[in-house]
Amino acid sequence: MDLSGDRSSKLSKRSIEWLARPGFSRFMYSAVAVLLALLIGAILIGASGYSVKEAYYNLFMGAFGGVYSLATTVVMSTPLLFTGLAVAFAFQCGLFNVGAEGQLYVGALASAVVPLALGGLPPVLRVTMGLLAGAGAGAAFGFVPGYLKAKLGAHEVITTIMLNYVATFLTTFLVKTYFRDPGPVDQTVLLPLGSRLPELISGTRVSLGVIIGVLAVALLNQVIRRSVLGYEIQAVGKNPHAAEYGGVNVSARTIQAMMISGAVAGLAGSAEAMGTLYRFIPYFSPGYGFTGIAVAVIAGESLWAVIPAALLFGALQSGGQSMQLFAGIPMELMTMVQGLVILFVAAPALASMLIKRKSSSEEGGGRA
Amino acid sequence: MSGFADIVLNVNNLAATIRMATPIALAAMGGAFSERSGVVNIGIEGMMLTGAFCGVLGSYFTGSPWLGVLWAVAGGGLVGALLAVFAIRLKADHVVTGVGINILASGATTWLMQVIWKRKGASDLVSGLGTWSVPGLRDIPVLGTILGTHSPLVYISFMLIVLGWVLMFKTPLGLRMRMTGEHPEAADTVGINVHATQYFCVILSGCLAGLGGAYLSLAQLNWFSKDMSAGRGYMALAACIFGGWNPIGGLGASFLFSFTDAIQMRMQTAQIPLAVEIIQMIPYVLTILILAGAVVRSRPPAALGKHYESGHGKK
Amino acid sequence: MENITKRFGNVVANDAVDFDASPGEIHCLLGENGAGKSTLMRILFGLCRADSGFIYVNGEPATISCPRDAIALGIGMVHQHFMLAERLTVAENIIAGSEPRRHGLLDYERARQKIAEVSQRYGLAVNPDAMVEEISVGQQQRVEILKALMRGARVLILDEPTAVLTPPEVDELFSVMRALRASGTTIIFITHKLKETMEISDRVTVLRDGRTVGVEKTSDATSDGLVEMMVGRSLPIHDDHRAPAQDIISLELKDVSVAGRKGSRARLSSVNLAVRRGEILGIAGVDGNGQLELEEVATGLRRPSQGKLIINGQDVTGFDTKRIRDKGVAYIPSDRLKRGMVSPFSLARNSVLGMQHSAHFSTRGVLQEDVVREHAESIVDLYDVRAESIDQPIGSLSGGNQQKLVVGRELTRPHSVVIAAQPTRGLDVGATHYIREQILASRNRGKAVLLISAELDEILELSDRIAVIYEGQIIDVRRAGQYTERELGLLMTGQRNGV
Repeated sequence: MDLSGDRSSKLSKRSIEWLARPGFSRFMYSAVAVLLALLIGAILIGASGYSVKEAYYNLFMGAFGGVYSLATTVVMSTPLLFTGLAVAFAFQCGLFNVGAEGQLYVGALASAVVPLALGGLPPVLRVTMGLLAGAGAGAAFGFVPGYLKAKLGAHEVITTIMLNYVATFLTTFLVKTYFRDPGPVDQTVLLPLGSRLPELISGTRVSLGVIIGVLAVALLNQVIRRSVLGYEIQAVGKNPHAAEYGGVNVSARTIQAMMISGAVAGLAGSAEAMGTLYRFIPYFSPGYGFTGIAVAVIAGESLWAVIPAALLFGALQSGGQSMQLFAGIPMELMTMVQGLVILFVAAPALASMLIKRKSSSEEGGGRA
Repeated sequence: MSGFADIVLNVNNLAATIRMATPIALAAMGGAFSERSGVVNIGIEGMMLTGAFCGVLGSYFTGSPWLGVLWAVAGGGLVGALLAVFAIRLKADHVVTGVGINILASGATTWLMQVIWKRKGASDLVSGLGTWSVPGLRDIPVLGTILGTHSPLVYISFMLIVLGWVLMFKTPLGLRMRMTGEHPEAADTVGINVHATQYFCVILSGCLAGLGGAYLSLAQLNWFSKDMSAGRGYMALAACIFGGWNPIGGLGASFLFSFTDAIQMRMQTAQIPLAVEIIQMIPYVLTILILAGAVVRSRPPAALGKHYESGHGKK
Repeated sequence: MENITKRFGNVVANDAVDFDASPGEIHCLLGENGAGKSTLMRILFGLCRADSGFIYVNGEPATISCPRDAIALGIGMVHQHFMLAERLTVAENIIAGSEPRRHGLLDYERARQKIAEVSQRYGLAVNPDAMVEEISVGQQQRVEILKALMRGARVLILDEPTAVLTPPEVDELFSVMRALRASGTTIIFITHKLKETMEISDRVTVLRDGRTVGVEKTSDATSDGLVEMMVGRSLPIHDDHRAPAQDIISLELKDVSVAGRKGSRARLSSVNLAVRRGEILGIAGVDGNGQLELEEVATGLRRPSQGKLIINGQDVTGFDTKRIRDKGVAYIPSDRLKRGMVSPFSLARNSVLGMQHSAHFSTRGVLQEDVVREHAESIVDLYDVRAESIDQPIGSLSGGNQQKLVVGRELTRPHSVVIAAQPTRGLDVGATHYIREQILASRNRGKAVLLISAELDEILELSDRIAVIYEGQIIDVRRAGQYTERELGLLMTGQRNGV
């Protein structure tokens, strides 16, 4: 790990490049990795004495079996759309943002509190300000590791993880001390209707958040592909020495990329606080920030791929809930599956072995 | 209400510092071995957590906490082997793999805990290691209070850290490790098996982190609880860097961490008028500060995080 | 070695090469860059495997699949890039892999003794307790030789050993080589320098394009004959139509210093240089004497600790790279892979590196894809870049073609100053010739060119004036014709007297 003062030597470039590789074979490989992880999950379920069939039946039905299940999948995917995008965007700059979880918490609290203070404004403005507050809080939490990386060379993985703890403690403290709802539970006051993200389908919690998420993907995709900023961020990610040679302010781009990433993760919190929970509750996230890593690892270079990847993990999440409910199998199985997916997708040698084997068997064993 | 001096300069604090430094120092030594051989080990956290879990599991099934310790070492080593296969054989990015391993370990231990004990937050109680009281040492005033009575793992760990230092700097194997992490090609050209050395170091690293985990679940507590390593693996990595990739340096850095942790615990019990969450933040903020301060002057092994492939391995 | 063939992809590095060397002989392996010398020796040392062919050691067929096998057979190799861990001590580097032990621990005492013994026998003095990063390059080379000898090497391969040495160090190396020869060691000396070949070797094998083109006793060989074997063709002479140098200074360094790391000497001290329009100022010197710092200061990548940088009359000291380059500085960096390009980026994206923010290529922060592509196409055409498409990653091109794109990009941007650092390093003869022509053409169009090169031939061939850099100081500046090669060589080692 480059924890040295020599900020220039960004290691793991090659592997991040692999993670960021576009193309069909990359997509196929990700699919294989997910199936492989689910297969191992099945073995574990079986070995623990549960019925694999019952477990995966409930998993599937919970994710896709009916309108309510599908809506739940979309609801679960919404924060992942943001956190996945946040992590994927940081990858573009060669940065590994493991702090999306913490950025999500501060974003959620900001969005749950700011609209309350703006009671006099029309709803559109209140909601907009709420979103901006969430993004801003996330960006502030992204600034710290970005700055420490750019100016001092402190590795962002360690600093962002430590900031996750800081963020959860800090938000809990703030809720208890300043923003507590006078009820029996530590949480903020319920947001009034005009301060919430509107529901898209009434009766479900599918909110405008999912649309905002898709728009955020589209916007950042344009930034990366078309803008000078995106060009420079990618250049820093792929070769900081050459970027410096090309007149790029490497520290500035590093900090900016981390702040954008943090802002997007903060919006994940906003979407939860304003679109699903309608308030801030300490420790509400079941690890959306960490699942976002799995989403980003699967998505790779193409930011568009964050959308299907988020849907996939949203489905695993909502399916996992019904698996827990109806088959009695703990949800944490899905956490394991995420970990396995990250491992499998991160290993280029494993990928090329599988892809080669596959293609050579398809071509009847013939090799160029 | 206790005064400031009472909270900070307290003999019991020093004893608590030693207690809390032990798991971090063990894991920091693990990190040092792995990184000296060129493999970044973010997975220390997961290895520690796995060790904590396996320790309780071993004690639960065998009834012997000492066998539990062995299970913990084996469990940590196994996760180390997993990282080694991915980082060395499959050339996966070390950092991404480490983070994947941590997520996997968090899910796996919590899942198995629920499957085995049918409980959500924590495992059943198991028999722990208890404490040793060193005759002679315990009777010396002040020093006796600080060093005299601890978990046996504390004394074992201190010996292991000295042994680890000898292994790293005074033995042929240690020289080969350092050569591998500094310049794998040079190591290769003098006939050192680069990958075997790295496998050894990463698995050893897992064993040490696992032992640190056992300390958490069999010495500090007598049960396993969800995500009980609580970031100590990352603190250990920061301690490893701050300690210059040296087991004894890592121990020193761990004291620094755990001293503030001890004060933090004491502040909580002393009912200082400061919110508990603010106090709890201290070790994490401190880790960031130490890391930011340490990296400026530290230089990691030259080939850290790089993949090595010998030309003669392939056609 | 018999009938050795080795391919890398479509490139044949060794094509049925035969090679032999006898005990007590210094055998020179001569050839241009890319002729296949290093590959052949890497095969002998077990660092890569031949696709076909046989190796015999002392008449016995040998299978060498890793360096360990080679060491066991008494073969040692000193690599061009040293195989030394910088932050271990000299002794640790020498003993690693075959450590003397006592009670299972390292026996440093015995290690020191053995090192002292061997180093005395061949006149290879080293301090076993020094960190490798603290000793000079010449000393590091001795450590490498000791490493091989301590492992019982009877065949010693030296890969371009003189490239990093000063002339007196070369003399020392040669006397060590003679001492080794006298003790019956076979030395295989890889080089592309004729003079050294003639001076030291007993026999010479010449490689060209991966084939053996001749084996001769050095006493029977002539320099001209060897050149013809090495190059195989003659290159056209550079076109030298030029505008006369003007008296307008475009690039000036005034009293520039760069401090070293704590405790070590300054990397640059009080450097004064001025480059005029229409001239090439060559910086001659042995690698590592401050050239990198000079290059970086002149382009804003590094801030001088003292002194001024003036471009076209404007003081630009302390400006960042972007602002300095926008003042009209084209820059061919010495480390192409590290600095000059972003390997995974396409040719198109690389063709605007450093100009991404210019009004020509972007408007309001958005890159103009069409303009960028057009620009890339024109560089590919004008500068003879051989590529399948401008959308392929530049990392997939050969070094020569990568460098042509870099040179093309820099020379097509609006500029008045060219900083060319090691512009032909590691390139084959054709690409080298082409790039040198481009630099001359640029001068002939009235640009001010600062040429930094460790290749003395290149400096002599291109420069109008030559400055010599030694230990961070410019110790002499003259018109090109006023130096003999010998004088320059002496100056490069810091010997001002007798010149």
